[in-house]
Amino acid sequence: MDGDLIAVQDLRVSFASDAGIARVLDGVQCAIRPGEIRGLVGESGCGKTTLARAILGILPPNAARIDSGRVTFGGRNLLDLPEARLAAEVRGREIAYIPQDPSTAFNPVFTIGTQIADLMRWKSPLARTANPPTGRARREADHARVVAMLRQVQLPNPEALLRKYPHEVSGGQRQRLMIAMALLPEPKLVIADEPTTALDVTVQAQILKLLKGLAREHNVAVLFTTHDLGAAYEICDRITVMYAGQEVEEAPVAEFFNRPSHPYTRKLLDSLPSAETGLRGIPGEIPRLIDPPPGCRFNPRCERASAVCLAQRPPPEQAGPGHVVRCHHRLTDAEA
Amino acid sequence: MSAAPILEVRDLRKYFPVRNLWKRRIGWLRALDDVSFTVQPGEILGIVGESGCGKSTLGKTLMGIHTATAGEVMFQGQDIARLRPHESRGLRQHLQYCYQDPGASLDPRWTIRASLHEPLIVHTALKEPEREARVREILAAVGLPETHLDLYPHEISGGQQRRVGLARILTLKPSVVILDEPTSGLDVSVQAVILKLFLSLQEQFGLTYLFVSHDLSVVRMICDRVAVMYLGRVVEIGETSRIFATPRHPYTQSLLAAIPRIGGARVTDTFSLEGEPPSPTNLPSGCRFRTRCPRAQALCAQQDPALRADWPGQAAACHFAE
Ligand SMILES: Nc1ncnc2c1ncn2[C@@H]1O[C@H](COP(=O)(O)OP(=O)(O)OP(=O)(O)O)[C@@H](O)[C@H]1O
Ligand SMILES: Nc1ncnc2c1ncn2[C@@H]1O[C@H](COP(=O)(O)OP(=O)(O)OP(=O)(O)O)[C@@H](O)[C@H]1O
Ligand SMILES: [Mg+2]
Ligand SMILES: [Mg+2]
Repeated sequence: MDGDLIAVQDLRVSFASDAGIARVLDGVQCAIRPGEIRGLVGESGCGKTTLARAILGILPPNAARIDSGRVTFGGRNLLDLPEARLAAEVRGREIAYIPQDPSTAFNPVFTIGTQIADLMRWKSPLARTANPPTGRARREADHARVVAMLRQVQLPNPEALLRKYPHEVSGGQRQRLMIAMALLPEPKLVIADEPTTALDVTVQAQILKLLKGLAREHNVAVLFTTHDLGAAYEICDRITVMYAGQEVEEAPVAEFFNRPSHPYTRKLLDSLPSAETGLRGIPGEIPRLIDPPPGCRFNPRCERASAVCLAQRPPPEQAGPGHVVRCHHRLTDAEA
Repeated sequence: MSAAPILEVRDLRKYFPVRNLWKRRIGWLRALDDVSFTVQPGEILGIVGESGCGKSTLGKTLMGIHTATAGEVMFQGQDIARLRPHESRGLRQHLQYCYQDPGASLDPRWTIRASLHEPLIVHTALKEPEREARVREILAAVGLPETHLDLYPHEISGGQQRRVGLARILTLKPSVVILDEPTSGLDVSVQAVILKLFLSLQEQFGLTYLFVSHDLSVVRMICDRVAVMYLGRVVEIGETSRIFATPRHPYTQSLLAAIPRIGGARVTDTFSLEGEPPSPTNLPSGCRFRTRCPRAQALCAQQDPALRADWPGQAAACHFAE
């Protein structure tokens, strides 16, 4: 659509390993509007991080291959953009990334302050202004921004923190540092891969508020990967559900929780821990992506599956305003 | 009231030096400041609290990864707080710590098989075929296919790495397991499977767990008791149902108020906790929560409140808790 900030079309990515070729993304469609907060949910291994990395052009070069697809952003196809331009113009600038595993994101031999100063040298919003200050004035201006941002993500005593090494801060502090570093360059899209998993609920509430504020006031879009459906409920406008490399449902947040249309979404919601239902997983296993089930990849675990589910992947169908589902036997309102 | 505790922690301290630009020590960061609690055999004790309050430090100090600054850790009748890791290896085989960052605990150059064999090589005299059998048994228990044995950590997803981390410590069949955020990063469905696995292993092997987690709905479901920490201190401890029904400490109260409730009012619209958390290198006088506490009074700046066991099955460190 014209109003989209980013549109992923028919994206196919495979990984080569000794065991064979794994088809990790199988024709993924996903479009996000400016200022939208989009949740991305689905079982572990369904390809959420791979989608993020494909958009950013940071798939592992030897193991991964993009077989087809487009990622349209700012009028160009990011998949065609040369690496040098992606690195200079897009990554960490227009599109920021908060990676899933904060332990790998820092270099252990430099202090946190050194690493953030380095980031600001290249990616500070000041570098993009008409007459940027230089030398010491620039460094001081950038430093002030850094300190203010660390306060915004609720990190106490920013000056002392900047002198620390990565192993000297707690898991949640590292995660907030990652968030601060992603936001400092003032991106248009933030891809946040489980940004609040290591945070207690009080800090999580502040971080979610911060993301929501960025979206509402500065029109920043967020692709928010999470396993925490409560956090998704808090801030998302819409939610995309993925299963084994295919997107199966996309719905406005209220519809997602109240009127899910795909049987997998229903089961995902049913596995939320609660005192009444106890611990309920989804029976069966995630399929191996080396020889995935044909058609709808959820068919082996779905009690509604019929011959057509094995024959072809269901096409996208409208289930309501802004609500798209891919299922041959979607739930009726009564069943949802 | 009950059997002898399996683990007894008394006034445990862990201070880290704080250094200036020239690496001179200019103070101490009190990551653990007089933490005391006991754990009964077969119990699941939840440990919750603000990020950075010292939960991982507690786990690592119990394990001997960090040496305690002061205090005692009684495990199987011995004080292990001051033992160096090599002195306590035999004991600590029965006390295992499962790391928070799954990526950090797996060696990127090793296959999953090598990572799973390693603890058995270090701690047991098992021969290779027996080790392989044990590894396969545990791998199946955590729900990973055997084909994963030949993969490297970067070839599997974050949630799968976490299961490998779990498998790694379970191979040693420990008696007390410290689980540092064992389900963060797992989807709800896998999480349910893993939690059921913990419960069944607990029954099968009589395990005791220290369960560090930010996920309060999980803590509520599986823990017998909960300890709430704030800046290096236990501020409230007690039976899970009581803590959730009648939290006494104002910090516990704000923690429970910040849990998102699907379908309810959004916490991001309603919740607020005043101020920034104070720096652990520069703690406020008296009660360390007072700078953010809605009920703080003059007394709170003068006197550090001790844990008061004034309620059945529940204790809180607050002058004004009722
Ligand atoms: N470098 C790699 N080589 C081979 N396979 C890989 C590689 N990286 C990921 N995969 C596979 O791709 C699939 C998707 O992985 P991905 O990390 O995208 O999942 P995810 O949805 O982010 O999962 P999680 O919720 O656990 O983070 C998994 O089955 C994983 O095993
Ligand atoms: N090796 C270290 N050297 C110096 N300071 C440290 C070290 N490890 C931890 N700290 C500090 O000790 C405090 C407690 O850290 P810890 O990792 O125990 O927190 P945590 O409760 O596990 O937090 P999270 O929920 O974020 O994982 C933090 O302020 C942290 O910065
Ligand atoms: Mg991931
Ligand atoms: Mg921790």
